[in-house]
Amino acid sequence: MRHALILSLAAVLLSCLWLPPARAVDSEPPFSNPQLQQRYENLIHEFRCLVCFDESIANSDADLAADFRRQVHQMVAQGKSDRQIKDFMADRYGDFVLYQPPVQPNTWLLWGGPFLLLLIALVALAFILRRRAHMDTVDGEEGS
Amino acid sequence: MKRSLLYLLPIVVLAGLIGFFWRGLYLNPRILPSPLIGKSVPVFSLPELRHPEDPITQQSLMGHVSLVNVWGTWCYACREEQQTLMAFARQNVVPIYGWDYKDDRQAALAWLSQRGDPYAAVAFDANGDAAINWGVYGAPETFLIDAHGIIRYKYIGPLTLDVIQHDLLPRIQALRHEGT
Repeated sequence: MRHALILSLAAVLLSCLWLPPARAVDSEPPFSNPQLQQRYENLIHEFRCLVCFDESIANSDADLAADFRRQVHQMVAQGKSDRQIKDFMADRYGDFVLYQPPVQPNTWLLWGGPFLLLLIALVALAFILRRRAHMDTVDGEEGS
Repeated sequence: MKRSLLYLLPIVVLAGLIGFFWRGLYLNPRILPSPLIGKSVPVFSLPELRHPEDPITQQSLMGHVSLVNVWGTWCYACREEQQTLMAFARQNVVPIYGWDYKDDRQAALAWLSQRGDPYAAVAFDANGDAAINWGVYGAPETFLIDAHGIIRYKYIGPLTLDVIQHDLLPRIQALRHEGT
């Protein structure tokens, strides 16, 4: 009884791990060159579907996502580099279409923010530790 | 003294965050600023909806201030907007060019004959590929083009008389001024 429970739990957990990536929405014909196909698949995960938000064009079944996939597919077939394809989309739709925004003055805070917070936390920690050590010695002196 | 300042810090940080999020409440994340403002109209060549033998190109937009209005028969908001466009077209302020986006020709022709046709010409973009160069991601969208074929303003969403009055007309006047 107990084994069955553990087994079924394990099965549920494993099935979560083994969910195949959702690719059913893409109707572009696969490239015969596996390298191009791989680049195409990586690229479509890099662009935001602007009408569905929080979904890449790889995962969205919106019309616009299909148009974007067609565009990316064409450009990969034309031999454009990843950089050129990303620039093409960002020139027309803005950096927001890229899931990974470029590092530039207006995104410094976005990229550096977590490190800035970490720095503030470390400084605060050092401050508190030093004060505590100081208080301990003061307590110790009082105790003796 | 120093101590009380330290206690104030969380309140200051909280006030900052409240201000930040308060502003965020009134921003619409669905309206994206276009990076094409200030740039030339993209090169394109599309058949005219009613006269497919006459292509419309970026050259058609040269020499006068104009509006390019992206619409489609599948677009519900465009129905409402159509009435506004008809009223605006009657004032003869600037020519309105239509961009029939991801549509069916017969459906589009029927739409115009039933609801009225405010357009000087309509570019027919059946699969929406040409619209990608304009950064179009939905309908309706409206571009204001100056006499040199430069995109000067983009409005996302259905135009209303209020939007035309407050957002478009002052800009059109300013462009006219620039031109003379």
